[in-house]
Amino acid sequence: MIRFEPRTNPGPVLTYGVPVIAAAIAILLAAIPLALADAPIIKAYGLMITGAYGSVFSISEMLTRATPLILTGLAAAIAFRAKLWNIGAEGQLYMGAMAAVAIGSGAIDGPSWVMIPIIMIAGAVAGALMLIGPTLMKTRLGVDEVVTTLLLNFIVLLFVQMMLEGALKDPMSMGWPQSEPIIDSAVFPPLLERMRVHLGLIIALISAIALAIFVKRTVWGFEIRAVGENAAAARFAGISVTKTMILVAALSGGLAGLAGVAEVAGTRGYLATDLSPGYGYAGIVVAMLARLSPVGVIASALFVASVFVGADSMSRAIGVSSYLADLIVAMALLCVLIGGFLTRFTVHFDRKTAG
Amino acid sequence: MSSAAQTSPEISQDLLLALAGITKRFGPLIANDAIDLTVHKGEIVALLGENGAGKTTLMNILFGHYVADEGTVTVAARDGNLEQLEPGAPQAALDAGIGMVHQHFTLAENLTGLDNIVLGTEPIFRLRRDRTKARAKLAELMAGSGLNVDLDQPVHKLTVGEKQRVEILKALYRDARLLVLDEPTAVLTPQEADSLFAILRKLAQNGLAVIIIAHKLAEVLAVSHRIAVLRGGKKVGEMMTSDADHRSIAELMVGREVPVSRRVAREPGKPVITLTDITIDRGDSRRSLHGVSIMAREGEILGIAGVSGNGQAALAQLIAGLDKPDQGSVEIFGEKVEKFDAHKFAQNGIARIPEDRHHDGIVGSMTVAENIAIEDVRNAGYQKFGFLDFDAIRKRAEHAIKDYDVRCPGPDAPARLLSGGNIQKLILARVLEKSPKLILANQPSRGLDVGAQSEVHRRLLEARQNGSAVILISEDLDELLTISDQIAVIHAGHVTPAMATDTIDRSELGLMMAGQKKVHHASTNAHSGETA
Repeated sequence: MIRFEPRTNPGPVLTYGVPVIAAAIAILLAAIPLALADAPIIKAYGLMITGAYGSVFSISEMLTRATPLILTGLAAAIAFRAKLWNIGAEGQLYMGAMAAVAIGSGAIDGPSWVMIPIIMIAGAVAGALMLIGPTLMKTRLGVDEVVTTLLLNFIVLLFVQMMLEGALKDPMSMGWPQSEPIIDSAVFPPLLERMRVHLGLIIALISAIALAIFVKRTVWGFEIRAVGENAAAARFAGISVTKTMILVAALSGGLAGLAGVAEVAGTRGYLATDLSPGYGYAGIVVAMLARLSPVGVIASALFVASVFVGADSMSRAIGVSSYLADLIVAMALLCVLIGGFLTRFTVHFDRKTAG
Repeated sequence: MSSAAQTSPEISQDLLLALAGITKRFGPLIANDAIDLTVHKGEIVALLGENGAGKTTLMNILFGHYVADEGTVTVAARDGNLEQLEPGAPQAALDAGIGMVHQHFTLAENLTGLDNIVLGTEPIFRLRRDRTKARAKLAELMAGSGLNVDLDQPVHKLTVGEKQRVEILKALYRDARLLVLDEPTAVLTPQEADSLFAILRKLAQNGLAVIIIAHKLAEVLAVSHRIAVLRGGKKVGEMMTSDADHRSIAELMVGREVPVSRRVAREPGKPVITLTDITIDRGDSRRSLHGVSIMAREGEILGIAGVSGNGQAALAQLIAGLDKPDQGSVEIFGEKVEKFDAHKFAQNGIARIPEDRHHDGIVGSMTVAENIAIEDVRNAGYQKFGFLDFDAIRKRAEHAIKDYDVRCPGPDAPARLLSGGNIQKLILARVLEKSPKLILANQPSRGLDVGAQSEVHRRLLEARQNGSAVILISEDLDELLTISDQIAVIHAGHVTPAMATDTIDRSELGLMMAGQKKVHHASTNAHSGETA
């Protein structure tokens, strides 16, 4: 018989060690599908590592991929901390991107130090508004935000499509449904000469650290933690659950919106409906891998980005499907969930002794 | 019987259960330390002890939910031979005829009593259900014991006392020969408790063995034949009930002398809170009030007696600032309350002690210090420009832990590690430190052990002495009669006028709590109707 007994206080080794071990196990488990695909396993691992870390270029690509993942990961982490189940980061990302394009593709002009903050604010506000609506419906009417935020993703994507065919369409795009490009003064400058990694990475890192400080050290962070851990006790103590939830919605939606701004202004240069390969959803995985810790999000976003970039390049080299990357990330998530369970409980195997 | 109880289990004609040398360790903690306990046919044994004394662990071992590290459980088989019970096998315990009535009932609310009782005893696949046999057996059980209840009513329509009877019938229907009741009177009115005791005595006469887990001493003295006291995992005493007295058992349980709280006579001062004709209708009778008028004055404890679920929740929510009345007005310190806001209430000198201290009282994953400061983090002393002042929060916690004797690993330990009594001390420290003018104490000592209870009472009386008004919502008549100056009874959303405690008859109070008697006492709380 197997019994589980709760652990009173898991130590720091368990808390920080388990996600790392889980990620390592997930990568090792990737050997199974590789073997099934008759791929040379050792070589495949080597290619994955060089694909993500082999050169300045590959590191830059990995960091470029990590940038939106950090931001959407933070969006999920802060929302989930407050038990606001925001599944709509994808839609918020597109709204943020669209706001950035609407303002930053020629409607106004100015120097970079004006334009970049303006499109960032516009994108964050657009993303925030996208989540405040469902949050109000949750607190006022009890509508399940999982459903509303998830379904809004599709509505937003269709809306973006509509705008790209209409008001926002670039007349010079030769019929492609894409927006006019972001003007030069609003583009996020690259961090390295002739590399894609851009200012967005710095913004993402600053956001993570600022969010960590905010949650841990401010009155609002205190209230978010209280509401998330025990809304009934928080309400009893006089904390307004509705106000706290709206603050969380603004932060979470805003961060997801920023991810969209970073993608259009840093990586792509214009808006199209294939801007995000699911960064909003991947952010949920990133946040869970990080155990909802803002600083942890940086590490887990780097891990997920490395797996994606590494597996991409490996699959091109030896002809294994790049879905392997999704598989590894999914296994890492499962390993972390199992690991999380094991940090909270100890397992006992009882030998059944009769009599 | 008593000689068998003192020595290791010896085979006697009527021995039914013998726990011998039961030891159970959880890591460094010894939850049960070589405990011996015997129960004979037809005997009612009370198992007494404070929270954490090891009562629940012992019963979990008896039922096979835990495996003891050492010791044996022996049950007399139906043919009279003593057989050792297989450890860690709940089914073996059930088969041996051990039945349990939990404090929180395990009934399906939408099924009838009969459905609940036969649930699990009928074959799953059947064309037609034939319950004539079941009915006959139950009728016989009811006739023999006085456990009368309408078995064709859905359980949610039954009173708490009736639900408990269904639970007992459920165990008896499964041929229980030993019945374990966990805190059976916690949810009953005094009258219901008395009738439960009558039933248990009758069942014992018919040969049933009973173990009652309890911490209310008076009841235990009334119903049991023998008392076993646990403390800190050890059995510290065992005596025949006829040889026991209240004080000695209490001291055995706590391990030291228990201070008795008494009111000191004191003239009440000005009204602090006045509710006038308050009506709250939430569709649910548990959360509704109908034309309630009460008043509490400085230096006075107003007790609100009632069986839980009669509108106490609505009253408490209102006074805590979490809900607003549909009709009627609330005046606090002579001013009409316009905005019901928990934060404002807490900041304006109202101390609120929640009913469910785990659910509403603390945020378990946050630290002890954060939980103590939770009502005040927005105040100037605890934050600067929105950043928390951890030194101030910590300093306050260190004081509180010392002054209120909160036993915890330290101010930075998560609050969920604290025991129920220490959580309550934490909440007292949070709200009483600020010398409140009004204290709302909702079931402040429920589920606490004797020591922690007397601490809560001492604190409330101390606050009363310092001029606070206290509204004490409680189901515990002993508590109400000991520390309140005035008592009003709440039933089905109606509250009687307050009566001076010294003029109240205990059994009358019980009848009023059950809604069977309207009060015609002259109200001693003369102002209660006039402040409108």
